[in-house]
Amino acid sequence: MEKQIEAATPAGTGTEQPRSITTRIGPLAQRYGILIALILLCVVLAAVNDNFLSQRNIINVLRQTSINGILAIGMTFVILTRGIDLSVGSVVALVGVVSASFATTSTAGVIGSPYMPLIAVMMGLATGTAVGAVSGTMVARFSVPAFVATLGMLSAARGLTLIYSGGRPVPALTDGYRWIGTGDVAGIPVPIILFGLVFLLAHFVLTQTRFGRHVYAVGGNPHAAKVSGLPVRRIRFAVYAISGALAGVAGMILAGRTGSALPQAGVAYELDAIAAVVIGGTSLAGGIGRVSGTVIGALLIGVMNNGLDLMGVESYYQQVIKGGLIVAAVLLDRSRKSED
Amino acid sequence: MEQPLLEATGFRKSFGGVPALRDGRFVLRPGSVHALCGGNGAGKSTFLKILMGIHHRDAGTLMRDGKPMTFENPSQALANGISIIEQELSPVPAMTVAENIYLGREPVGLFGRVRFGELNHMAQELLDGFHFGIRADSLMMDLTVAQVQLVEIAKALSYDAEIIIMDEPTSALGEAEADQLFAAIKTLTARGKGVIYVSHRLSEIFSICDSYTVFRDGAFVETGAMDTIDKDRLIHLVVGRPLTEEFVKENEPGREEMLSVRDLSAAHGVRDVNFAVRRGEILALYGLMGSGRTEIFDRLFGLSDTAGGEIVIEGTATRIDTPNQAIAAGLAYVTEDRKHSGLVLTGDVRDNLCLATLDRVSSGQLMRVGAERDAAQRMIETLNIKTASDKLSVSNLSGGNQQKVVLGKWFLTEPRILLLDEPTRGVDVGAKREIYRVMSDFTRAGGAVIMISSETDEVLGMADRAVVMRDGRVAGELQRAELSAERLLHLAA
Repeated sequence: MEKQIEAATPAGTGTEQPRSITTRIGPLAQRYGILIALILLCVVLAAVNDNFLSQRNIINVLRQTSINGILAIGMTFVILTRGIDLSVGSVVALVGVVSASFATTSTAGVIGSPYMPLIAVMMGLATGTAVGAVSGTMVARFSVPAFVATLGMLSAARGLTLIYSGGRPVPALTDGYRWIGTGDVAGIPVPIILFGLVFLLAHFVLTQTRFGRHVYAVGGNPHAAKVSGLPVRRIRFAVYAISGALAGVAGMILAGRTGSALPQAGVAYELDAIAAVVIGGTSLAGGIGRVSGTVIGALLIGVMNNGLDLMGVESYYQQVIKGGLIVAAVLLDRSRKSED
Repeated sequence: MEQPLLEATGFRKSFGGVPALRDGRFVLRPGSVHALCGGNGAGKSTFLKILMGIHHRDAGTLMRDGKPMTFENPSQALANGISIIEQELSPVPAMTVAENIYLGREPVGLFGRVRFGELNHMAQELLDGFHFGIRADSLMMDLTVAQVQLVEIAKALSYDAEIIIMDEPTSALGEAEADQLFAAIKTLTARGKGVIYVSHRLSEIFSICDSYTVFRDGAFVETGAMDTIDKDRLIHLVVGRPLTEEFVKENEPGREEMLSVRDLSAAHGVRDVNFAVRRGEILALYGLMGSGRTEIFDRLFGLSDTAGGEIVIEGTATRIDTPNQAIAAGLAYVTEDRKHSGLVLTGDVRDNLCLATLDRVSSGQLMRVGAERDAAQRMIETLNIKTASDKLSVSNLSGGNQQKVVLGKWFLTEPRILLLDEPTRGVDVGAKREIYRVMSDFTRAGGAVIMISSETDEVLGMADRAVVMRDGRVAGELQRAELSAERLLHLAA
């Protein structure tokens, strides 16, 4: 921290606004702070449980984290623009039943096309993106507060899921479709590969593209972004579409893994996704954050759940501990920021 | 000599090992308005924050009415008669003026019921005592920015403090409201209170203060009576070197009209506005708060919903409905409030400099990071922006350097017409001069500048011509030779 202040002093700054110095260091220190917490947790778990570091368990943790991780990455885009997407859990279910309906052994048998899994995936992505686009339109075009727009969508998408499926699971999915959730490439499960690809793509978009710069600027100060000629509405719209599309990916992984699409899938998934983003250091006030932080946040939740499982802690307790972790992560961030 | 209200000696404060204040000294006497002067980074804010109990000093003594004191927190300072008028406003919009003034100190009756009648009466008496002309029962959100500032001032005065710190109290005030404030200050000093006054506006300091103390680079430089010093010497003390001229003006207006507006209308009832700015000219748009100056800029830049009238840019009638069209037409807009609509404070210097020209430093969607860095570096050098690196968060820069970042952002769009709304607000004397230099050079190179300014000195110093607004209409136009503070005010009020 001292070094940062010295760097500012020759320029004759720093002295007038000591408060603001820390706002810059916060995300950085916090990013490593959470990484250190993750590593410490892993060390402790490895020490108390021999199975923790086994290849099977590591792959297990990563696979369990992948769905929340992908949702959280989409959520990061939205939160970076000062928004929130509460609908992702419902979108997981809606995309599950819609795409799965194109990939049951009966439908695939009727149409008999070898491209059926591909069509199912395209339908899933389109559904997720469309739902996100509706939320995005409400927020960007009609200035509905994101909380309200996506809360409405949380309910509406769940309703559509039940209508579409008649409230019954879409069963008996083809092997081609199930591969998304259960297959592997060179020993690495497909969900983990998708998680990795989504992370790399999102990281690239946010750090290397013009759109990424726009997202940070709109979240940091929408007024300044507008005056500077940025297409603020289009950017707001796009982040919800991205979140919807990624919720679609997560929904198909879940359906593929379960082997049938359940209309009641994904309930409260949005809360874990938001938790991962917040633990990962992205500011709910917008403009500050990274997907790498989000991934670490998602891993921290995943490792903790796994560790508590291994130690035989009941899942009811796990929820309490996770709640504590979310608040602790934010408090840790705050205390680090207020250190002078 | 009578006992000073406050005597601070040898104040020291470091942040993370780096001294922000090395030797802060200040003596405030009863009935005095004492100017605390210094550039950005001089240590004024740190000093005041120690007085208010926000920061804790590393060394030094503070005597209050001859008794040594240390304030652990702002409420202790307040309890010892030190109150402050903040730069940043913090009203509760949906509550009344009276409720805002006595927030948390409401007179209560049985079962904690607020006695609204008494509350309103107290507030009205306070407001009338200073002739602010504001009704205590009006809602905060119905007031103008200037009136909100006056309420904030009334609130600080309501504590009946002995010592009132005013940090840039006029930055959101028009001349009329500023005069109300100055009258209120006179009332205070007549009652034997002491005022510590901080302002970048030298004319203000000379008209209302009776003594001065100068800080530079975190240390006390000099103190004395106001009538023993002149403007040049005070600037010299503040910046540490003689400053020959306050303003820089080397441009020569040409003939060709760069931008003209016909029967323009804009938000808040602005209508029938006609004026033109010529190549090489600095045109001032002068008027009181709420006269429609900023609304005209918003309209010109495509930020207004009301869009009547015609805009002609370099001979071509141009339709401007969005900021992008304005930028494409060669306009650039430095807004009045750089924190609200100029800067992305969560971003670094480079992000902010490149914000309006991201399409020029990218190929398709892909950012060219090298080009981005070069563009930022070019502006940092051209405008002499004092920053350790272009990756430093822009929130760490001083007001003057932040303003230069906003200017730099717009210069990268290669504009031909600059719209500057209060370009030197909250900027120290040295950086002010650099901004004047930029305006002069820009117009000399064939650009045109339209400047909104509430400071008559600035209009007199920089403008070739002034268009004066009153109640949303053009009240008159003054050539440079005709410009005077009296004429400007006469047309504006």
